[in-house]
Amino acid sequence: MMLEVEGLNAFYGEQQALFSVKFDLAEGGVRTLLGANGAGKTTVLRSLCGMVRTNGDIHFDGKAIAGWPTEKVVRLGVAHVPEGRGTFVRLTVEENLQLGAMTRRGRAAIAADIDRIYDHFPRLRERRRQQAGTLSGGEQQMLAVGRALMLRPRLLLLDEPSFGLAPLIVEELFHILRQINRDTGVAMLIVEQNAALALELAEHAYILETGRIVMDGPAAEIGADEGVRRAYLGY
Amino acid sequence: MQLFLQQVLAGLANGAIYAGMALALVMIFLAIDHLNFAQGEMATFSTFIAWQLLAWGCPYWITFVLVVAISFVGGIAIERVLFKPLHNADILANLVAFIALFSILNSADGYIWDYTIKTFPTPFGSKPLFGSVLIDAHEAGMLVVTAVLLGLLYLFFSGTRLGLAMRAAAHNPVSARLVGIRVGWMTALGWGIAAAIGAVSGMLIAPVVFLDPNMMFGVLLYGFAGAVLGGMTSPGGAVLGGFAVGVIENMAGTFVPYVGRDLKLTIALLVIVAVLMVRPAGIFGRTTVSRV
Ligand SMILES: Nc1ncnc2c1ncn2[C@@H]1O[C@H](COP(=O)(O)OP(=O)(O)OP(=O)(O)O)[C@@H](O)[C@H]1O
Ligand SMILES: [Mg+2]
Repeated sequence: MMLEVEGLNAFYGEQQALFSVKFDLAEGGVRTLLGANGAGKTTVLRSLCGMVRTNGDIHFDGKAIAGWPTEKVVRLGVAHVPEGRGTFVRLTVEENLQLGAMTRRGRAAIAADIDRIYDHFPRLRERRRQQAGTLSGGEQQMLAVGRALMLRPRLLLLDEPSFGLAPLIVEELFHILRQINRDTGVAMLIVEQNAALALELAEHAYILETGRIVMDGPAAEIGADEGVRRAYLGY
Repeated sequence: MQLFLQQVLAGLANGAIYAGMALALVMIFLAIDHLNFAQGEMATFSTFIAWQLLAWGCPYWITFVLVVAISFVGGIAIERVLFKPLHNADILANLVAFIALFSILNSADGYIWDYTIKTFPTPFGSKPLFGSVLIDAHEAGMLVVTAVLLGLLYLFFSGTRLGLAMRAAAHNPVSARLVGIRVGWMTALGWGIAAAIGAVSGMLIAPVVFLDPNMMFGVLLYGFAGAVLGGMTSPGGAVLGGFAVGVIENMAGTFVPYVGRDLKLTIALLVIVAVLMVRPAGIFGRTTVSRV
């Protein structure tokens, strides 16, 4: 297993947000983390990147990375599309993409990757010299995904990638994600409100409720179970 | 007209020094959200090191480069030792650290080199530039050296990956970490660059105001005024603000009757207060959203 998490607790100040969370993810796998607002989905992703105080085990490639500083985790090849997009609003679109490749060497390969991102999201190419803060919400979401891909990650953490995107664009984005997963073998952990779409892309799903994983199973089964859908996924 | 031009040029020459100090202040402010009011003492200390090397017979430009390098390393060391541990501390703890730095450097100056006022050489000479009545050679040198320094900094920040990483870390530290930037080291680098800029400003102004432990006191005030005028969050604005303050100061000293040289600092500050009443974030600054 590339990523193995066990007995993970997370805290905001005194308040505990995750309780003994356990899950894993294989090389090249795609899994999704579903649950209501405030369930702790974002907190799981933050825990992996050392952005909240945690205890418990997190293993990536057999390394115990719990408690590592964020930038050190990222340097292992973990890219994170954060909640709220994390745009560098005062820098240009292209600078945002360049920053995604900050830990990489090789100008030519980086330039080629930026070009590939522009092929995926032509809208970004048109706005490459524009301040990123002037992009629409949806465009910034594309930029956030593009920036994460610039790392050439081995694990991609996506926090509600569909947030703020029009339905057609969401379909397209998920299509692109599937393609990238197939082409590059990057593993993905996806947090989504759009459960139907996430379950289509992922092979396995975890359902989180008030900081605990209350159910997990193959995505097809979870999606097919009407009781689960009604109780946890709201559709 | 000739007097007017003379005063503008002299103002710009002083303004170059204020611009340097303003830029140094803004660099650290962007990185840690605090005003480094020991910036002037850091520059003075650097200038004393230069004075010592020159007294030992080291050639001027070798001294110049050495002192810039020493100051750069010193700035990084100050951040690592004194301010990195205070990374999450409140404003009072930071204030105490700045006071400590200020008084340590100030009394170190006096202890090592005593308080007598020292002359400091200029490599440009103080004759009129090419026989011109408009500007003397040292003033021209201040302008040229500062222009070169600012140009290099501009190229560094706009054209290199490290410069981009530093800007990203200052603007959005959380996202910067998420792309793998070592934000702590970018802060340290900011301190190093600020200290190096201060060293250049100190060595350039010392022939004019003479060297003593309190040499940069007034200069820092003008630099601060320039930074506030331009906007504490805008490096380019701070530079322009510094030049503007230099010119305003000189004009006030020359053309405002009775006030003369005594009150020109007051006048410069009044102008700035007036600007801030219209634009509280400075001319080029952004209103900052406070951190949560
Ligand atoms: N910065 C914070 N400080 C304090 N508590 C927080 C913070 N961020 C989240 N929490 C709390 O932790 C719990 C889990 O929050 P989290 O953001 O992980 O939920 P989520 O599942 O991502 O929700 P959403 O679907 O709304 O994004 C919530 O109760 C929330 O109030
Ligand atoms: Mg969330």
